Amino acid sequence: MSWDWSAVVDFLPRFADGLLVTLQVLFLGSLIAFSLGLVWAAAFRAPSRLVRWPVNAVTEFIRTTPLLVQLFFLFFVLPEWGVQFSAFTTGTLAIGLHYSTYTAQVYRAGIDAVPAGQWEAATALSLPAHRTWLAVVLPQALRRTAPALGNYVIAMLKDTPLLAAISVLELLQQSRLESAATFQYTEPLTVVGVAFVLIAYPASLLVRALERRLAH
Amino acid sequence: MTAGLWQNWVLPGIGTTLRLLVLSAALGALVAFSVGMARTHRSRTVRFLAGFYTEVFRGTSALVLMFWLFFVVPPLLGWQLVPLWAAVLALGLSYGAYGAEIVRGALNAVAPAQREATVALGFTPWQRMRLVLLPQAVPEMIPSFCNLLVELLKGTALVSLLGIGDVSFAAYLVRLATQDSARIYSVVLVVYFVIAFVLTRSMKALERRAKANLGVAA
Repeated sequence: MSWDWSAVVDFLPRFADGLLVTLQVLFLGSLIAFSLGLVWAAAFRAPSRLVRWPVNAVTEFIRTTPLLVQLFFLFFVLPEWGVQFSAFTTGTLAIGLHYSTYTAQVYRAGIDAVPAGQWEAATALSLPAHRTWLAVVLPQALRRTAPALGNYVIAMLKDTPLLAAISVLELLQQSRLESAATFQYTEPLTVVGVAFVLIAYPASLLVRALERRLAH
Repeated sequence: MTAGLWQNWVLPGIGTTLRLLVLSAALGALVAFSVGMARTHRSRTVRFLAGFYTEVFRGTSALVLMFWLFFVVPPLLGWQLVPLWAAVLALGLSYGAYGAEIVRGALNAVAPAQREATVALGFTPWQRMRLVLLPQAVPEMIPSFCNLLVELLKGTALVSLLGIGDVSFAAYLVRLATQDSARIYSVVLVVYFVIAFVLTRSMKALERRAKANLGVAA
């Protein structure tokens, strides 16, 4: 069996559609992961153990169980609970929720690195809690989280093909549709695989450069 | 969930998941150590090849790689892999690439004077690796390998999409049979959580022991 360039050309329109969906999932999923992660991280520091303990347990549970199973859980169970979302919305929510538990750990480390004196100073100035967080702690904590968050965006990109399992029309699903229509299996899948390397490698170089710059 | 489904699908599924985990972790460790050590090799060509391997296998999605090994490689080469071995190969090769970075990082973290001392004593490169560098680097690797092992466990769920009867695939079948999605998927999530919990606890104990052997506080 040989490589057929015309099959690559025929695949390009579907590839473009799939790439758009993959990037949409990635963008919206990152937004969810970044913001929800911050909520978890703030809850890790809640004064009450009744808040801290369940949040720790839930995020730990989500972090150590497979995204694929969570995806199926949401896809099949939400409708039973009377919540109807499209596959795209369910998939984006699942990936955002899953990675929010990772970004939460990143924020936690960033927040822990803020010197205790900064909290004490905020208390001494009797700043209200929201001012302490927004004006004192977060600006210092978030600066160094960028490279780690970038790594998780790349990891998220590599997990977007899982959404093909619930028939979201991202890159992998488009290559499966192409193969089903044309009986060409080699070219579409290889193109998708190469596309991932071509996106992920420069992205990881970028994150590494950012890491080096922030290290100084 | 009825008892028959539990005994016929879910329990064997847990067995398959564990077997996949053990086999792909073994292959992954082999890849991680050989590629990771190759990245610290004297020869530029060896370093380049090892780096190329790491970037390619870390760059692709594990699922796409699995599909590729399953659907593209057999017609290309003219032989068919048993599904379970295709899955082990995909998981081991891709998670091994992440592991290689852990090995490289830990080897680079060994104090330079240790390397210089081996040169002064006239050790061969292999003796240096085996007797001096690895014994100090391995305890450093354990926490990162523990995280990677949990990621690998989660990665094994992907094989259900190839129709391999792991515990995620069992969940899919049971759901089709009973329509009781919430219960079966909750049970399966708990199964993964319990396996991961046992893994992290055992790795923690291993780390304490490895560091105690080196005379370092964990």
